[in-house]
Amino acid sequence: MAKVLGTRLLRLAATLFAVTFLSFIMTSLLPGDPVNAILGVDAPRDEETVQRIRTELGLDDPLPQRYVTWLGNAAQGDLGESYINRGQSVSDTIKSRLPVTAQLAFMAIIIALILAIPIGVLGAYRQGRWQDQTTSAGVQVALSVPNFITGIMLIWLFAVQLKWLPASNWNRISDKGLIENMKTAILPSTALALTQMAIFSRLIRSDMIATLQENFVLSARAKGLSDRYVLMRHALRPSSLSLATIVGINFGALLGGTVIIETLFAIPGLGFRLINAINQRDILVIQGITVFVAVVYVVINTIVDLFYTVLDPRIRRS
Amino acid sequence: MDGPMSNDAGARTATAVAERSAPIPAGDGKPKRASFFQVFKEMPILVKLSTIWLLLVFGGAIYAKLDTGVFGGALPLQDPNFQTNNFNPETGAFGDGEPIEAPSAQHWLGTDAIARDTFARIVHGGWVSLIVAGVAAGFGVIVGGFLGSLVGYVRGFTETVTMSIIDVILAFPALILLLAMVSIFKVRNLFVISLVIGFLAIPAYTRVARAGSLAISNREFVLAARAIGTKPATILRREIIPNVLPTVLSYAMVAAAFVIVVEGSLSFLGLSVQLPTATWGNMINQARRDIDLNLLQVIAPSLALVFTVLSLNQVGDWFQKRAGFRASAL
Repeated sequence: MAKVLGTRLLRLAATLFAVTFLSFIMTSLLPGDPVNAILGVDAPRDEETVQRIRTELGLDDPLPQRYVTWLGNAAQGDLGESYINRGQSVSDTIKSRLPVTAQLAFMAIIIALILAIPIGVLGAYRQGRWQDQTTSAGVQVALSVPNFITGIMLIWLFAVQLKWLPASNWNRISDKGLIENMKTAILPSTALALTQMAIFSRLIRSDMIATLQENFVLSARAKGLSDRYVLMRHALRPSSLSLATIVGINFGALLGGTVIIETLFAIPGLGFRLINAINQRDILVIQGITVFVAVVYVVINTIVDLFYTVLDPRIRRS
Repeated sequence: MDGPMSNDAGARTATAVAERSAPIPAGDGKPKRASFFQVFKEMPILVKLSTIWLLLVFGGAIYAKLDTGVFGGALPLQDPNFQTNNFNPETGAFGDGEPIEAPSAQHWLGTDAIARDTFARIVHGGWVSLIVAGVAAGFGVIVGGFLGSLVGYVRGFTETVTMSIIDVILAFPALILLLAMVSIFKVRNLFVISLVIGFLAIPAYTRVARAGSLAISNREFVLAARAIGTKPATILRREIIPNVLPTVLSYAMVAAAFVIVVEGSLSFLGLSVQLPTATWGNMINQARRDIDLNLLQVIAPSLALVFTVLSLNQVGDWFQKRAGFRASAL
């Protein structure tokens, strides 16, 4: 176990190094003088500012030294500040926007699981029959619909036609309370959930089919337990191991994947800020959000990996 | 092709594929290359329909490109960027088109918010999807396929280094990495976009090819070739790559579906090819702003995108199963 932990942590360190380094050299890869790129076209520019950026970024130092300085600052939560919205530090931006994005991703996973578990179990239980064929076909279609199209259709139905929910915007829980918050959160998270639902239910179905062949399922049935009891109490848990992994990994991926949905619904999360920053060429904000999301993603993946190793002894040995 | 094949939505696990027998005609001598029509005949009905749709969309895109590029708009398809309500200096009158027209014999899918013909824009929009998917597949198959086949065969230090680099690229959330790379470029044209997406497609292909190559490298015919002293380069070229290729090519279909969604998302965010070039993603984005007036203008490009992705998935899945049978029959 200690050896597994050791290799995983070593790999984590190597990946973190690579991810941070790639994010770091983004500013150096930009064509032309980095100062021009960082200042952007919209920013006010004067000799003093240019000089300040040069010293702040240590542009006159060699690259490795600059990386170490940058990493040291980043580790302490200093990712620089936006040169377009002056005085707004990148880490403050992340701090204020992360809860929104995390809530969306979390709700999307929950909605996806609520839908996926019954669909997947039904597909496995009625394998090859019409129930299975219909749900599998539905899942196949759900996998092929990009989330922005789902989002637009949800807006059309629930906001434009029925007028039940707002088409865009975001109410923070701290400002307007939970109910108002949910009104703005439910459509975007459902739009995000559809693809996840398809991935999850496919996984549950195939794992469940394997589990249902096991002897303990046979003996549970032979005892005269009801099908539903056997499915939900005996078979579901051993079938959900790989599901747990995918849920973990996809949560990390969703932190990045909310970009499109946040833009569509004008939600002030990390992704929407990233798109704004790209449009304004606000390089340090792009860099900050990129490195933050990538690091979170890598760390979550490692945790999930380790968790999986602990849960399933078969992997530990190999 | 009845039996397990027609049960398309059925079990797709590796074991399920491996358990099935290989329906390969026991040909003697050289394997014959199946023609397109023979393969087409083998397909289940849904896969046939998908293939027809793909041929229509991509054929249409090439036709549209020929129309504007070679024939200067002489072929029967409307100009995708022509605003039909424009003032025409030759006739001295305004055009008879209107924004957001309903479908008619003249405009099959109506017109968009600035009175351009939606059908023409959808046909032209297929070009961007085709090119991006094609370039990504080309990069993936050629670079990723070769790299994966190579490291899966030679193993050792080369493999460790290559796969570590691949793992690091895959460690980034894909969309964030893509956005970061796109944001570096000042000009975003079809060339830049397909280059970036193509580059990012390489890692996944490398993994697929490496897995195939690892499996092939231990087979008897490779060992035999090595035993009689064939040069490693020849083994790679004559034994490994031809056998890894079907797997990689059928993966390319499924990957192309993903790439088209990615390009659609970029277009939707306004970060793909610049306007007024029509892409399905930017058509959806422009039309959604007044969706209460013109639902069709959103639905039409959305369906084009969804059908194409669905079709690529269907055809790709089918070819993947077929490649699986082939591999197990070697």
